[in-house]
Amino acid sequence: MKRILIIGANSAIATACARQWTAQGASFFLVARNAEKLAQTAADLTARGAKAVDVLAMDATDFTAHAAMLASCVRVLSQIDVALIAHGTLPDQKSCEQSAAPAVEAFAVNATSTVALLTLLANQFERQGAGTLAVISSVAGDRGRPSNYVYGAAKAAVSTFCEGLRARLFKAGVHVMTIKPGFVDTPMTKGLKLPAALVATPEQIARRIVAGVERKTANLYTPAFWAPIMLIIRNIPGPLFKRLNL
Amino acid sequence: MSQPLRSWGRYPNLPQTGHTAHWRSELSAQVDAVFKAHGSTLPFGNGRSYGDSCLALSDHVVETRALDRFISADWEKGVLRAEAGVTLAEILRVSIPRGWFLSVTPGTQFATLGGAIANDVHGKNHHSRGTFGNHLRCFSLMRHGEGALTCSPGENNALFAATIGGLGLTGVIDWAEIQLMPIRSSRIDSIVTRFADLDEFFALSRELDHHHEYAVAWIDCLAKGTYAGRGVYIVGDHASDGGLNVDDRAKLDVPFTPRLSLINKASSRAFNEFYWRLQPATPTPRQVGYEPFFYPLDRILNWNRIYGRAGFQQYQCVIPDIAAEAAMRELLSVTAGAKSGSFLAVLKRCGAIASPGLLSFPLAGTSLALDFPQTAHLEHELFPRLDAIVRAAGGRLYPAKDAHMTGADFRNAYPAWEKVEALRDPALNSRFWKRVTG
Ligand SMILES: Cc1cc2nc3c(=O)[nH]c(=O)nc-3n(C[C@H](O)[C@H](O)[C@H](O)COP(=O)(O)OP(=O)(O)OC[C@H]3O[C@@H](n4cnc5c(N)ncnc54)[C@H](O)[C@@H]3O)c2cc1C
Ligand SMILES: NC(=O)c1ccc[n+]([C@@H]2O[C@H](COP(=O)([O-])OP(=O)(O)OC[C@H]3O[C@@H](n4cnc5c(N)ncnc54)[C@H](OP(=O)(O)O)[C@@H]3O)[C@@H](O)[C@H]2O)c1
Repeated sequence: MKRILIIGANSAIATACARQWTAQGASFFLVARNAEKLAQTAADLTARGAKAVDVLAMDATDFTAHAAMLASCVRVLSQIDVALIAHGTLPDQKSCEQSAAPAVEAFAVNATSTVALLTLLANQFERQGAGTLAVISSVAGDRGRPSNYVYGAAKAAVSTFCEGLRARLFKAGVHVMTIKPGFVDTPMTKGLKLPAALVATPEQIARRIVAGVERKTANLYTPAFWAPIMLIIRNIPGPLFKRLNL
Repeated sequence: MSQPLRSWGRYPNLPQTGHTAHWRSELSAQVDAVFKAHGSTLPFGNGRSYGDSCLALSDHVVETRALDRFISADWEKGVLRAEAGVTLAEILRVSIPRGWFLSVTPGTQFATLGGAIANDVHGKNHHSRGTFGNHLRCFSLMRHGEGALTCSPGENNALFAATIGGLGLTGVIDWAEIQLMPIRSSRIDSIVTRFADLDEFFALSRELDHHHEYAVAWIDCLAKGTYAGRGVYIVGDHASDGGLNVDDRAKLDVPFTPRLSLINKASSRAFNEFYWRLQPATPTPRQVGYEPFFYPLDRILNWNRIYGRAGFQQYQCVIPDIAAEAAMRELLSVTAGAKSGSFLAVLKRCGAIASPGLLSFPLAGTSLALDFPQTAHLEHELFPRLDAIVRAAGGRLYPAKDAHMTGADFRNAYPAWEKVEALRDPALNSRFWKRVTG
């Protein structure tokens, strides 16, 4: 029986993971921004047979609320076996180029809040001496592309932070998994023109995340075909990369 | 951003652009936006209807698949409330381990709750349980300019009746509450036996149907002469032991659509001959899982692609009891003589339980379903001859499977259509509705 904390629990990918954990008899502490949707997410998991579902509405960029959130989570679950960090936004790259405010805001949601949350969680998990921090980054963090480098840079910060944290917590028996999805059909990508053959469902992504948690994967590309694609993309020399307009 | 959507028969070839609503709170704004931009829209479940009844007149549909949350479940009483985009497979995955099954299920578990209501689907237990609508407690309907209305036999009952079998035209169902059926095992005790001709089928059906929860027959509609009308009669009941397990057989897939159909008269004849020979000549009991019993075709994902790029049509009619035997004989003889053979043919006696829905398809009688690869021959030669038989026998065709019926045939067979038209949501219209009422 797993005790699971999810930040960004209304995310389509997080919901798909939670449903699979529900089938394994998990208890949840769900944190999300939108309280009405959070109630619907919680009802879904309860009706599907989750052992227990507790919720807390919190904006991830409300840094002052993090400690109280973690305290109530620990009060409810007593020990956290898995923490999944799933919240995120896809900023409009063009407006990020016009002014700094949207870029800074995108960083706050996608990078800074995750860094703040992971810092608190790391200490909790270190005390526990067990558990897995599963953090959703993105393939977009592997390389800076003209079409979305603000989002990519925030995800790069998360990936690098997780890599360091993994090395630190490894000694304490705590695992950190960096999850790098490719294109996924979720509200975040609604209305975008994406290459249909490369778009995965949240369920496909979730199956790999749930299996990755069991296997203690370090860097999880999902779907799996992104691993070789990103291997090539990471190795394209800079002078060529800047001309490719990927 | 999703790929173009099609109906299951991939005919008519009118790719639909999907606009997804991810949350109930977004549904009404999504419908309004598509309506304003394109003149009309239609809810789209999982595209398991064959013809054009799930295609919007504007070719822009509102997809409901992402509305896939359960809302509440009472496992003491077997009452489940869920969003309309939940599939029947998702319901079974959760309900079976708790001892509950769908009261009525069609031959695919990939239909959504909303789609099952909008076509008021029936299954192999129509003679014992009626249609999906007979087990529907209530639902919520989003109507343009009116917001969400709860509909049940006691509340907004005109909309309740018009929406069951209402072909997605009366509003978008955002959630529904259904009564499940208790089971002690997920396995099915079935009895299978061959029959030599239609007389034998009707005799078996009259004698045995009412002793069993489920009854259906497969018929070899390519067999001629002395073999004409031969087939296999199958009954089943939920077993009393064997565990409550979710069947999770690995699925095969047809990964792409070949240019031409792999199904033709020769391959169909070979398959039917082979299948017939595999079946026992005398009544033989077998215990099988619920997936192979109810959903044999779901085993192969995208099986509709084997019909090639032209797609295929299903011809499903129901003939009232009084005329059924003679009409079935005629329908099968016309089909056996036709240029294009039917690969699959399913025969089912429907019962007399009335549906609450206005445009529900089944009636007390016999239903026949035939699948044909799409060619111009169907609409010009074969279907007009079959339609004439159905018309003369006082029968009707199933809109969920239809891409050809004439407006006159529809309006005669479904006289309540005007009531549905009067309650139609002004933002919604389908290719089918325009064709048969326009
Ligand atoms: C292999 C196979 C076997 C089948 N066997 C049977 C059978 O035995 N018996 C039977 O009756 N049918 C059968 N069918 C047909 C199928 O069950 C129906 O067509 C069903 O309605 C498909 O559901 P869907 O969710 O895919 O809906 P779609 O095909 O996407 O849509 C069907 C209709 O429902 C409407 N709709 C969808 N969602 C909503 C909503 N939320 N609110 C309002 N309207 C909505 C659409 O506008 C459309 O008119 C079979 C189909 C297949 C592929
Ligand atoms: N979809 C893709 O193609 C893709 C690809 C790679 C990586 N990812 C990553 O996957 C993760 C999950 O996204 P998704 O695809 O499942 O999209 P999604 O369904 O839109 O989920 C994103 C969630 O983030 C939450 N959120 C946004 N800003 C927040 C804030 N300030 N505080 C708290 N919560 C906030 C939203 O919560 P509310 O609903 O409560 O407002 C929303 O539910 C994200 O980290 C995303 O970057 C997605």
